[in-house]
Amino acid sequence: MADNNKNPHYNFAFLDEGSKREIRRSILKAVAIPGYQVPFGSRELPIGRGWGTGGLQITLSIIGKADVLKVIDQGSDDSVNAVSIRKLAVATTGIETTAYTNEATVIQSRHRIPEEKLRNDQIMVLQVPNPEPLRYVTPKEAVSRKLHAEAEYSGIWLRLYEGIVKYGHTVTGADHPVSVSGRYVMNPSPIPRFDNPKLHNSDCLYLFGAGREKKIYAVPPHTDVVSLAYDDYPFSIENVKGRVCKLCGATGVFFDEIFDSDTNEHFFQCSDSGFCEKRRREVN
Amino acid sequence: MDNIMPVLAVRNMSVRFGESCEYCIKGCAVEKGRCPYCHTIWALNKVSFNLYPGEILGIVGESGSGKSTLLKALYFDMEVSCGEAYLSEYREGRENIFEISSQQKRYIRNHKMGMVYQNPVMGLRMNFSNSANVAEKLIAAGIRNAGNMTQRAEYLLSHVEVPVSRIKEEPKNFSGGMQQRVQISKALANNPPVLLLDEVTTGLDLSVQARVLDLIKKIQLELGISMIVVSHDLSVIRMMSDRTLVMLGGRIVEEGLTDQILEDPIHEFTQTLVHSLL
Repeated sequence: MADNNKNPHYNFAFLDEGSKREIRRSILKAVAIPGYQVPFGSRELPIGRGWGTGGLQITLSIIGKADVLKVIDQGSDDSVNAVSIRKLAVATTGIETTAYTNEATVIQSRHRIPEEKLRNDQIMVLQVPNPEPLRYVTPKEAVSRKLHAEAEYSGIWLRLYEGIVKYGHTVTGADHPVSVSGRYVMNPSPIPRFDNPKLHNSDCLYLFGAGREKKIYAVPPHTDVVSLAYDDYPFSIENVKGRVCKLCGATGVFFDEIFDSDTNEHFFQCSDSGFCEKRRREVN
Repeated sequence: MDNIMPVLAVRNMSVRFGESCEYCIKGCAVEKGRCPYCHTIWALNKVSFNLYPGEILGIVGESGSGKSTLLKALYFDMEVSCGEAYLSEYREGRENIFEISSQQKRYIRNHKMGMVYQNPVMGLRMNFSNSANVAEKLIAAGIRNAGNMTQRAEYLLSHVEVPVSRIKEEPKNFSGGMQQRVQISKALANNPPVLLLDEVTTGLDLSVQARVLDLIKKIQLELGISMIVVSHDLSVIRMMSDRTLVMLGGRIVEEGLTDQILEDPIHEFTQTLVHSLL
């Protein structure tokens, strides 16, 4: 695709240049202090706050004319939210989009990290609803900032312990807190625990944007990211053993469980629809 | 006791609410805890005392005399306006603990002091299990082994007569006496050398009061912890404390052995207090 896809009434990438520059400055600070939540002036966008505005502002600020964008929502390229964000990005930039991870240079996602290993020339942007891992400990922003400054994360550890006491294991389904570079504890956005290890020592840059909460944070390439866990209750990912994708036959990936009410049949298929489609295309 | 090193030495500790003026800073103008010129409230006015090893120090006084403020300030729940305090277990008592960083203050709260609040809501997380409430202190002290923490919580909770079968329950389902027991076990989690008890028996019926006080006494004898017990109930002070401070309007007006204070009070207020027993 070329520039002729771009709506001439908009500035390139919707936001004005000053706004993009300010957001890029916040991103640079976030990259310089891995895991630290950098406040930024979250802009108004033609989508509602809480629908990916944080991720979208990052994407629009860093995207260039030569970039190829992939937008996914819970692993799917075709969900309403992903399609809306992609349309906005195309209408205001005219850039190319793709459903395949390896072709993309910027990937915006909600709730998933793609199955394919990301490269160092790719940037992964995650939409974050609640960036503050201490929000369960204190509702006050001033207190949580002080606790971060003092690396006082007892409240987060206590939540994990409470799960062990009551259920015999930690009960974080998604958004399992991680320690970044041995300093800040951060919410890795509501990705499943399955995706947490992908953050560790990754080749690509991860950027996290929370538009409603007005925070940006980052995990730079080759950074230590450790999921919090007790010595005697090690961190574990969701059990995917014995599951096979009904469409492409993949194993060892994160699955969506599907129930067919016509046949009363339960089956699994890859959560990452682009990955699944690519496998099927290769087979065919 | 002059040649014994105190566990906690407090010097000229003041807590004031308000701007304060030159008259009340000099101290001469303050009457009943309030400056008549600038209306600054002096909740604590240059309070000094020592807490010795293995001692139970009682603090009595009327409502609003500054007893609870004293404990809250010592436990860093409240900023002091001026003054010094030295804890023998922290850097050998050489550093004023009111002037250290908030990280170090948190270290002292988690390792060197325990606090039992008058209102259990202040000291417990009502939506977390009893085990997690005790473990909170252990986590703050850096322990990252869930099994060890559960063992310790079971030991402490059974020590304060909370049935082990109920450690997964939340304290909000417990009676006031049981909540106080959970608070006591939480305060003891890291074997602190100093335990602060703020009106622990208020609101409890007499039989529960007696059991909680017996328990505290038993723990003190077993572990040799130094305690500060705040109460406005003289019978609690008589039963528990070795020495007693009497507070009025943010100041200590009388200090001495408990028997001496209760049998032969010198200050007019103490005399009124002792003779106003129902």
